[in-house]
Amino acid sequence: MDDFFKIFSLSLLSQTIRISIPYILAALGATVSELGGVVNIGLEGLILIGAFFSVIGNYYTNNPWLGLLFGVFGGVVFAWLHAYVSIKFRANQIISGIALNIMAVGVTKFFLKFIFHSSSNSSRISGITPINTPLSKIPLIGDIVSSPLIIITIVLIFAVYYTVYKTSFGLRLRSVGENPEAADTLGINVYKIRYIGVLVSGALAALGGVWLAYDQHQFTDGMSGGRGYIALAAMIFGKWDPLLATIASLLFGFAEAIQIQLQTMGINIPVQFIQMIPYALTIIVLALSLSKSQSPSADGIPYEKE
Amino acid sequence: MSRNKILIFFTLLLMIPSFSCKKTDKLKDTRPAIALVFDVGGRGDKSFNDSAYNGIEKAKKELNVQFDYIEPGEGADKESALRQLASDKYGLIFGTGFLFTDDINTVAIDFPDKKFACIDYSVDPNKPIPPNVLAIKFKEEEGSFLVGAIAALMTKTNTIGFVGGMDMPLIHKFEAGYLAGARYVNPKINVLVGYAGVTGEAFKNPAKGKEISLSQISKGADIIFHASGSTGLGVFEAARDKKIYAIGVDSDQYYEAPGYILTSMVKNVDVAVYETVEDYLKGSFKGGLKEFGLKEGGVGYVYDEHNKDLIPQTVINKVEELKKMIIEGRIKVPSV
Repeated sequence: MDDFFKIFSLSLLSQTIRISIPYILAALGATVSELGGVVNIGLEGLILIGAFFSVIGNYYTNNPWLGLLFGVFGGVVFAWLHAYVSIKFRANQIISGIALNIMAVGVTKFFLKFIFHSSSNSSRISGITPINTPLSKIPLIGDIVSSPLIIITIVLIFAVYYTVYKTSFGLRLRSVGENPEAADTLGINVYKIRYIGVLVSGALAALGGVWLAYDQHQFTDGMSGGRGYIALAAMIFGKWDPLLATIASLLFGFAEAIQIQLQTMGINIPVQFIQMIPYALTIIVLALSLSKSQSPSADGIPYEKE
Repeated sequence: MSRNKILIFFTLLLMIPSFSCKKTDKLKDTRPAIALVFDVGGRGDKSFNDSAYNGIEKAKKELNVQFDYIEPGEGADKESALRQLASDKYGLIFGTGFLFTDDINTVAIDFPDKKFACIDYSVDPNKPIPPNVLAIKFKEEEGSFLVGAIAALMTKTNTIGFVGGMDMPLIHKFEAGYLAGARYVNPKINVLVGYAGVTGEAFKNPAKGKEISLSQISKGADIIFHASGSTGLGVFEAARDKKIYAIGVDSDQYYEAPGYILTSMVKNVDVAVYETVEDYLKGSFKGGLKEFGLKEGGVGYVYDEHNKDLIPQTVINKVEELKKMIIEGRIKVPSV
């Protein structure tokens, strides 16, 4: 029982935050895209693309901020492909998303070999150096305030929330996801709004990838490691609400952190059981929430202007 | 109907370049022909694919053979790659990685006059190894025993860590050897163990590797050994961040984090490949299980100009003594 309480330390909380960042960013992106009515299961690929492009940008310019912009730009370009086929050509959005995931694996692998002559990892990049302020000494809070990417993420959570619920754009976004016909008759450009939703999701998911790559100071093949799918689950669990999706992401991150702590402490639970925790939690949470969760009515349905 | 035929034709046409087969010699070449099929990752993985390639390059230079290879992509059909080579001029065909086990078994039965070798073959007691298949295995536990001893002799906190990739028997061998080695020199040592997952993805998750390592470091670990593919790159990052040492695996990983890599447990796939080619040329190729341990030079640890300032001579003396004892059979290293 003593061990049980030792698990819950401040380092566990900062670990939870670090693990959750890519989940949060990708889940926010997915929320924006789906509120506009376009399913985006290409998050996994977008994370990978963001990670890779940021490393390329940082590697060639030696400036992590330009690298970050380049990573986000890469995410937007790939999300645009998804938007183009699923909005303009009204293709099946699931298939387009899967194509994006497969393509991301191939593209990054190819250029990894081409540029860095390795099939496993890139050269080392600088990444963003932590900011040292007097606050950095404080446990937990210090970890948060000294990492610019964590601060950006926190700002983005509220920015997305505000945009979706408090701005006219947000209202339009939600209306084209609920009832595109009605929105159209009111003079809203459905295609344009949906495009923006998908591109924003690309930018946010890619930023999640930037975090992963910068934390490791390199790109490694397939480093997204299924995080895009967990983000998707967080979005559904969060009922297509940016704040709830954030909380869901933190919950998944927390489960993973607990699992790591339990393993480290050598607590006598079969490893498979411990490692099941995040996934089991995902399934349980989805099963509990699905009955009540409401997806946007026109989510996944291509809109055809009459 | 004819449109369908055209479609089928083009589909078949598209399938042709799906294997990037590198033909080195188009003229008539009478030298013995050897081929190798790489695992996912292929050349440039800085690990055992590259090591296998080095072995065969050496054989090509020194033993006068011709050599071609195939790099199937992710999820590609390994069996048809093997089959393609077996029906060609190649007399000896290598498969790199335990994933080839079943495919090699199948193809070897269909081509009984060809020889096959599989690196990291996973032996199934219910399935006999075909007579024309050499199942190459490494005694990773013996090499891991030695780096475990180094870690235990050098820790200042009496706590060391192990990060595994996928939780499976092949990786348990590393863990078992490491634990045994550490406990042999220091029975009271505290060893923290973590695995990144239960699927193949666990070998490609550096962020997870870093978090596991940070967690172990916060519990006092000051030397961490990994057997986790590119997940281990995250272990090195954690070592860099917290200024502790990590131990690399499979090949010398010094260059991934210079100054923070204490040593590496190397698996000399090149030695095994070279020897197999040599045996094949001498006509002494024999199917069945062949294990490469410390004695055969199949595994070992790195001690060279890069890390000789990191490890004191007394530690090396002790480890060399242990190595001798394992080779002479005085220490039996457990593999589970």
